[in-house]
Amino acid sequence: MIWKGGVAGSMLMILAACDPAPIEPPLADAGSIARGKAAAQRLGCGACHELPGIDWPKGRIGPSLAGFGNRALIAGTLPNDLPRLAAFVADAPSLVPGSGMPAVPMDAGEAHDIAAWLQSQRD
Amino acid sequence: MILRPGSSLSVTSAGSGWPPAVFDPAGPYSEPVTTLAWALLLGGTAVFALVLAALGVALFGSAALKARLGGEKAIWIGGFAFPAVVLTGLLIWGLMLTSSLSATRVTGAEMRVKIIGEMWWWRVHYQDAEGRETLRDANELHIPVGKPVLLELETADVIHSFWVPRLGGKMDMIPGRTNRLLIQADKPGVYKGQCAEYCGGPHALMGFIVVAHTAEDFARWKASRVPARGEQGRGLELFLSSGCAACHTIRGTPATGLAGPDLTHVGSRQTLGAGILPNNPGTMAGWIADAQAIKPANRMPAYHQLSAEELLAVSEYLVRRK
Repeated sequence: MIWKGGVAGSMLMILAACDPAPIEPPLADAGSIARGKAAAQRLGCGACHELPGIDWPKGRIGPSLAGFGNRALIAGTLPNDLPRLAAFVADAPSLVPGSGMPAVPMDAGEAHDIAAWLQSQRD
Repeated sequence: MILRPGSSLSVTSAGSGWPPAVFDPAGPYSEPVTTLAWALLLGGTAVFALVLAALGVALFGSAALKARLGGEKAIWIGGFAFPAVVLTGLLIWGLMLTSSLSATRVTGAEMRVKIIGEMWWWRVHYQDAEGRETLRDANELHIPVGKPVLLELETADVIHSFWVPRLGGKMDMIPGRTNRLLIQADKPGVYKGQCAEYCGGPHALMGFIVVAHTAEDFARWKASRVPARGEQGRGLELFLSSGCAACHTIRGTPATGLAGPDLTHVGSRQTLGAGILPNNPGTMAGWIADAQAIKPANRMPAYHQLSAEELLAVSEYLVRRK
């Protein structure tokens, strides 16, 4: 049994070594991610966006935010890092002039949590 | 289309959660309904247990027990006397308990409001003591605490049902009729309501809220219901030129459409789309641009012809209508 386990274990290690090593920022803490989802629901982000894990509403005017953590760019222009995403979530027009997304009143904590939640969407 | 419990958190800040609490009365016209509901629930459970016990005896009891259960005496008592006494008592008690709910005569002591159900929102016409209209609004009712509010309920199309469970009973809005309902809130707060009669398409998305204020706050709210005059700007220009004014009124402007909700004070409302979305610049823009994605089949078309800049100008203008 020990022998078999050792073989399986070493094979797993070999397989793991075959995975590409994605350079991903670490996830924010679970509390922040959960608060971010609740804040996105409370603020009604779904009026324009399809949101991962939220059944209704599924707005179509803005892009779906499913798998947002895999995206390289915010709104096709800005690097998708946490501080920039948080700033964009709260005040899109000041970062991307001409965006149809309005500035939405929220505090810095909410913006940070929503950004953390969006970046945790990596499916 | 279906508003599920987990999917409505977006309105928890505006209402008191979803679905509206039904066993949590907050005024004298809701308390008797709740008492009666508990009595029916518990009494019904007890009777159900008795029937099951009788069934158990009939299936598995001894021959002697079966004979007694099937005897003439048992049938007279259990099949006739018991239901006659219980149901008669329940009827008398229920009518006495809920007599205050049907005392919907105008006494002059109550606030008066006419509410008209539409597919799929609510017109709210505030009235003075004589029943003359004083102010038009939609989807949100403001009342002072501790005062009965007499609602005249009508419909513009199909049957709807007005229901704010924590403040009063449920009353159908029937074509050609004016039904009356009393509600009252004993504490300030926001009380969620919901159309309770299937009225087609997005019936489940036909919500309502009642905001109860202290007397001073209510007076302040009432005094603030004065439209801004002589206002101009790109938002209003776009509102008028894009067709919004064909269906919506903004008092103090040339916009006098009547098909949709009055938007004079839309920015002060706590919800959009009839109790279903929070009201902020984001949801306002989303609603204007594509209300059909949010509330399918509602009568407001998607405004895909607006550019991003125009959309933001119109929604910002509306959000400022406090």
